[in-house]
Amino acid sequence: MSTFFLLLILLFGFLITFQIAKASEYVGVLKGEKKNFESNNRVNGFLMIVFLVLGLVGVYWCNELFRGKIVGESASKHGEQIDTMLYITIAITGVVFVITQILLFWFAYKYQYSEKRKAHYFPHDNRLEVIWTVVPAIALTVLVGFGLFYWFRITGDAPENALQVEVTGKQFGWIFRYPGKDKVFGKKYYQNISDKDNNSLGLIWDDASTHDDVVVGNEMYIVKNQPVKLIINSRDVIHDVGLVQFRQKMDAVPGTPTTLWFVPKFTTDEMKKKTGNPDFEYEISCDQMCGRGHYTMRGIIKVVEEDEFKLWLLKQKPNYVQVFPDKDPNAAKPADSAKAAVTLPAPAATASIAK
Amino acid sequence: MSNEATLHGHPEIQTSHDAHHDEHGVHHHKETFITKYVFSQDHKMISKQFLITGMIWAIIGGLMSVLFRLQLGYPDSHFQFLEDILGSKWAKGGQIQPEFYYALVTMHGTILVFFVLTGGLSGTFANFLIPLQIGARDMASPMLNMLSYWFFLGASVVMLSSLFIETGPASGGWTSYPPLSALGDASEGSKTGMDLWIISMAMFVVSSLLGGLNYISTVLNLRTKGMSMTRLPLTIWALFFTAILGVLSFPVLLSGFILLLFDRHAGTSFYLSDIFLATTGKALPNEGGSAILYQHLFWFLGHPEVYIIILPAMGLVSEVMSVNSRKPIFGYIAMVGSMFAIAILAFLVWAHHMFVTGLNPFLGSVFVLLTLLIAVPSAIKVFNWLTTLWRGNIRFTPAMLFAIGFVSTFISGGLTGIFLGNSTLDIQLHDTYFVIAHFHIVMGVSGILGMFAGIYHWFPKMYGRYMNNVLAYIHFWITLIGAYLIFWPMHYEGLAGMPRRYLDYSNWISFNQFGGLNRFISTVAIIVFAVQLLFIFNFFYSIFKGRRVMTRNPWGSTTLEWTAPIRPGHGNWPGEIPEVHRWPYDYAKDGRDFIPQTEPLGANESAH
Repeated sequence: MSTFFLLLILLFGFLITFQIAKASEYVGVLKGEKKNFESNNRVNGFLMIVFLVLGLVGVYWCNELFRGKIVGESASKHGEQIDTMLYITIAITGVVFVITQILLFWFAYKYQYSEKRKAHYFPHDNRLEVIWTVVPAIALTVLVGFGLFYWFRITGDAPENALQVEVTGKQFGWIFRYPGKDKVFGKKYYQNISDKDNNSLGLIWDDASTHDDVVVGNEMYIVKNQPVKLIINSRDVIHDVGLVQFRQKMDAVPGTPTTLWFVPKFTTDEMKKKTGNPDFEYEISCDQMCGRGHYTMRGIIKVVEEDEFKLWLLKQKPNYVQVFPDKDPNAAKPADSAKAAVTLPAPAATASIAK
Repeated sequence: MSNEATLHGHPEIQTSHDAHHDEHGVHHHKETFITKYVFSQDHKMISKQFLITGMIWAIIGGLMSVLFRLQLGYPDSHFQFLEDILGSKWAKGGQIQPEFYYALVTMHGTILVFFVLTGGLSGTFANFLIPLQIGARDMASPMLNMLSYWFFLGASVVMLSSLFIETGPASGGWTSYPPLSALGDASEGSKTGMDLWIISMAMFVVSSLLGGLNYISTVLNLRTKGMSMTRLPLTIWALFFTAILGVLSFPVLLSGFILLLFDRHAGTSFYLSDIFLATTGKALPNEGGSAILYQHLFWFLGHPEVYIIILPAMGLVSEVMSVNSRKPIFGYIAMVGSMFAIAILAFLVWAHHMFVTGLNPFLGSVFVLLTLLIAVPSAIKVFNWLTTLWRGNIRFTPAMLFAIGFVSTFISGGLTGIFLGNSTLDIQLHDTYFVIAHFHIVMGVSGILGMFAGIYHWFPKMYGRYMNNVLAYIHFWITLIGAYLIFWPMHYEGLAGMPRRYLDYSNWISFNQFGGLNRFISTVAIIVFAVQLLFIFNFFYSIFKGRRVMTRNPWGSTTLEWTAPIRPGHGNWPGEIPEVHRWPYDYAKDGRDFIPQTEPLGANESAH
């Protein structure tokens, strides 16, 4: 019912606006075309300057309003470089923005029609053209220079001591794999993938280096101040690993692995204190449209101190052992493995969002 | 003279078709309702067909954005009327369902980019202005021109029909990246809806090529006596470059779509490799394809496409701005040169959409350089427009207001392009609301403001009547203010990393701080949409009831279209086509308000 009333009000608004517009057209004819044009021109000229002033005030006010809501301090060292680049770009473009917008609306206001004014015949001036070719070119060279300097640092090779984690996107969740004690990711083949048989990545069990690979769903642990290199895959469509606090992003493409690396600066607990938000988590957001559950494709990164990480990794049962419990070298200690099973959500469970 | 006579009186000249046929015998075919209004080969009628079809699409596409803004602004609310209209599959309990949300954003993008701002904008003004401004009786091939419209309409019908099928329209985003768009099992929208999308787009490409080839050959071959290339108005230059861009890049898009069609139905593996689908529990046999290949093919059109949209708008704005500043456009040659530079660079920057796809960082750096280069010709154009205003004698006609608005949004959106074209910043900003804000301001809003400028300026030539000025002023100010209120705050959401194409952010710790802002944006979007309806009403009302145009040249313009009769028949000029003696921007020269292109140079007068 309220919708109906809303439409009715809208319709009335239309009718009234239209009648006023129509009437003013008649009034204009009565007043004489010239007089009518001049008064309209004055009103619009005045509005130009009003728009300029309110617009600039609005921009300033917006900056104040959202200052605290856009991302805080970067949580990775790469992110600091991206933030520096951002400030350089904002400074340069900001100056251009303010100057050109002021010129545009101020000229429009200042040179509005007047009977006394004669337009100035000024078809070209090569000196001016050269100025506004060269100056922007210099400014852009500065931006390209800084940009590529940081770009090559960020996309360069990861350090030797980087912790390697394989991230695999799927509709609609994330699977993480750690190489285990041998530091080698065992071979996999996508035809072997079977959620039913708890082989969510299609690991090839004949390859012994898969036997200690740890596969976990939705929560990834990494170590503070240790570089981490993500090897990114997808199981089905294109996804994207978006790490907003670390200022990182990389597509997950089926059939074509990609990588990114960064150094986390703060543990999750430190960030909880820094942000004053007890629920804070580092989130992995999927940033590439991947289907109906795209907006729910959330992963968590826990940044912890090294000891805690080691402890956590120890508790994880390799995928191989989960599939073949009889081959568990630690089978003698049933209490431990029961605990591990609880802390380890089966990757298949994450698919439930899709249903 | 009574008011009534002033408002609805008869114009000085009213050439009837019969008279002009008898007198000059240019065209002998008999015009029936069908040949005049439906299967017309008159470029002016085809242009109006493009315009009105484009406007219908704009309403549909705009309405879609209102629907998904309702969801974004009020993710927890239940709008019962949505379920009543759309049914329980798409809007269960009055809440827009994810599949439908994605279908809406996909269709909104496809419709606005291709059907409104390409078909509607180029189709309308290339058809209308090219023959009239270069002094030709019609297009080089009126028949192909007519087919261009009918392919466009065919594409429209197929696209529209995809909204009504059971599995819904395509829903993989307007870019339709495979594998998502290739696999029906990965998404409902990738079933029949995707096939219809591809068929429709293929027809659209055909339409665009037929039109483009026609525009190019017309500009090159059918210019009237004295109309050298350097005497062409900037509108024609812009439309000419646009047509060349389209002819060179649309075929690549089509090839991408055909490969996609093969992957979908012929078992090929151009884009598919290593895929396991949880919905079926099966791995696909395809190996060795590259999903990234499609993105290269798509963006090889996709990036020139944004210039296909913005160049005509630039041309229209340049013309409108010069006429209403009563001053020559500043730096004519620089304007043509910068458009040429933009057209060339348009083909060399496509991979800046792909910085985070795993592209080789070195290759990325080349694209950074080429991308930021585009800012130079863009800056030249902006400063030339500003100088055109400087010391002018500006009339704020509705067209002029929209032209000024265009320059403002082009600056704002162009500058944020410098952020995104820089790969370092793109890591943070890619696929966030910053991107949405950027391309909506620079391409969507600027494109549509340019189109409005064109419509208001040439409406008297199209229909022999004026649109209502007061409604136009309301339309302009609310649109401009509204556009900034909608898209400016989105930059901040983007800086916070808020991803695109999410329908609900409330479960995210990193992105849930903007609930209030999203509500605000949605409210403004609805108001701005309502005001566009006011424009549509003004347009159609004025076709039939608007104040009549009483003189041939109401804006005091130099270009050729205003030497034609107020309502030109098929063939445009009764008698000889006028000859051209000077460039199109002799305003305020030698103390005269304007000197038409048809006037020979005076004895002591120098060419500009």
